[in-house]
Amino acid sequence: MDTAPDGVGRRQGRRLPVGWRNRLPFPVASPDAFVKVLFCPRPRRLAGVLRHPRAGIASRSLAAILGGYALAATTSSFLALALPMDRAQAVLTGMLVAIVVCACAVLWAFAVRTALRAWIGIALPALLMGVGTAWLGPAA
Amino acid sequence: MKQGFRQSMAWLHTWTGLLVGWLLLLIFMAGTASYYREEISRWMRPEVPSTLARGPEAAERALQYLQRHAARAESWTVTLPDDRNGTLRMFWRNPESATSPDEGKRRGRRGGRFGDATVNPDTGEAIAARETRGGDFFYRLHFDLHYIPVVWARYLVGFCAMFMLVAIITGVITHKKIFKDFFTFRPGKGQRSWLDFHNVSAVMALPYHAMITYTGIVTLMFMYLPWGVKAAYPADEDAFFSAAFARFGEPRDAAGTSAPGTPDIVRVLDASRRYWQGGEPGGFTVHHPGDANAVVDVFQRTGKRLSIDTPSLRFDGATGALLDASPGPGGATRTRGVMYGLHLARFADPLLRLLFFLSGLAGCLMVASGVILWAIKERPKHLKTGRIGFGLRLVDALNIGAVAGLPIAFAAYFWGNRLLPLAIAERASAEANVFFAAWAVALLAAFAWPRRAMWAWQLYVAALLFLLLPLVNALTTSTHLGVSLMRHDWVMAGFDLAMLALGAGLACAGRRMQRWQPPASAAARRRQAANVANTGPAGANA
Repeated sequence: MDTAPDGVGRRQGRRLPVGWRNRLPFPVASPDAFVKVLFCPRPRRLAGVLRHPRAGIASRSLAAILGGYALAATTSSFLALALPMDRAQAVLTGMLVAIVVCACAVLWAFAVRTALRAWIGIALPALLMGVGTAWLGPAA
Repeated sequence: MKQGFRQSMAWLHTWTGLLVGWLLLLIFMAGTASYYREEISRWMRPEVPSTLARGPEAAERALQYLQRHAARAESWTVTLPDDRNGTLRMFWRNPESATSPDEGKRRGRRGGRFGDATVNPDTGEAIAARETRGGDFFYRLHFDLHYIPVVWARYLVGFCAMFMLVAIITGVITHKKIFKDFFTFRPGKGQRSWLDFHNVSAVMALPYHAMITYTGIVTLMFMYLPWGVKAAYPADEDAFFSAAFARFGEPRDAAGTSAPGTPDIVRVLDASRRYWQGGEPGGFTVHHPGDANAVVDVFQRTGKRLSIDTPSLRFDGATGALLDASPGPGGATRTRGVMYGLHLARFADPLLRLLFFLSGLAGCLMVASGVILWAIKERPKHLKTGRIGFGLRLVDALNIGAVAGLPIAFAAYFWGNRLLPLAIAERASAEANVFFAAWAVALLAAFAWPRRAMWAWQLYVAALLFLLLPLVNALTTSTHLGVSLMRHDWVMAGFDLAMLALGAGLACAGRRMQRWQPPASAAARRRQAANVANTGPAGANA
């Protein structure tokens, strides 16, 4: 427990499980830092932007709660339109599946190595589902 | 992750469990009590006679009662007596013209849109019982909470349920040896024992916990995830519900000409039995009673199948001819119906119901031991620095107020039912106020002094309240244990006996809490052993 991740103080690092790097995915400091975040070769470069582990936990929590719900909502909509079955049955199936998807999204948010990955892993499928829903459009 | 997928899941398990643990405990306890909703209602209305008629004349008496008291209603709905509730329960919908224009009064019993009555099937007269919500209070508390708007309460409960689902999944992931933990309990070892107990209570009823949490979210999923319906049926959401649940459409319009008498309900119910080949009707709705175009919808009883969605038949009110039968629902509808049914467990016969209840209790113990475990794990860190920090103090207080305080509130609710004057206004809500007043006192006391002694006191108070309940019942009613045991009235006797059992359990817990000594550390044990060895037989004798 005493081997804190790089860039994280010993005292702060002790509260976290080993191996975590919790940093906000989107820095608010400067445009320069923003570019670094988007194109940085290694996560280590982020250390100066926002290093407090609490920020990482807050970011992951938001990804889990808001992102998880968004993913569940878009999943249920997409499945309601996309599943090749009776429309009403597809709606119900979508809802039943979306509940599990929401739980999985929460696990994902806290299982992956960085908060950025947590966001990407939830936002990307949510976006795809959302686009898919819009593309399929309302059923007749 | 480089290392410790399991560690991060353990972390997630800890925090999802802790953050909503106390509210979850309230939800779990209320839900567990709801398995005996009808029985609790029975006990709380001791005026209702215990044995009532169940024959076909019950339905006729219901219609006669409605004819006398609600002849102008748009529709009547009657729930027939069954094994668990021997009364006729009915409600009716008044026409718009008959309701009070005042919005506030429309929700009330007089001049409102809806009327209701509980009728004795033997006499056909309304049962004059004390005003109480009975077991329905716990049923509503389980997902509507109290004092706050229903919509917010349901979102809050759904949020907690999602946390619970995540806590269950991460709890399973955290386990290295889930099978071994099933059989492992090492008592008297402090934190290790609490962890073992948390594991045993969780793993033993794991299928139940996972089922009840997931199906709990399913019961309210149309509220939590309306997006699928909005996407597929943007114009008309009602169309979705008609299609998904294979419901009857609106009944035909009233003819405007009156028809004499009431529908021949006995014939209609017999026809339903024949159609379902033994399926028992659980109740019926009469649309446009007294009109030439009256329609009777008969619903099958929910008790005999897992699913909550039961088939229904539509009959002509005047001729008794079968008009329509609900079509069989689709696969997803059936799945959802079975899940809903599993959550409510209306199908359960007494033994299975007891198993559900005990599993629910195991769930309560799992949540309780979880939040206690957090405090026990945290304490050594605080003891090292010499003072108890704010976080631990908060958790300690909430633990006492929830784990020991909630049983006090439950018992106080039953005391209120027996001791509040029968004539006071708003008696049913006064009973609910007793519940929350007792809980508030327990919480305040816990916050004022979150120490071990407070644990013991509150557990003793809860035990005393439960143990004395049969006595209070004997002093205030004529349905006490002496009578109910003689009459083999197992609902009344069972309730009193269950209260004694709960009280005894709580008293044991209180006693252990009072007598408990912190286990000696390994170093202290070695030192003691060394002392014994050095002093020889003299030390052993001392």
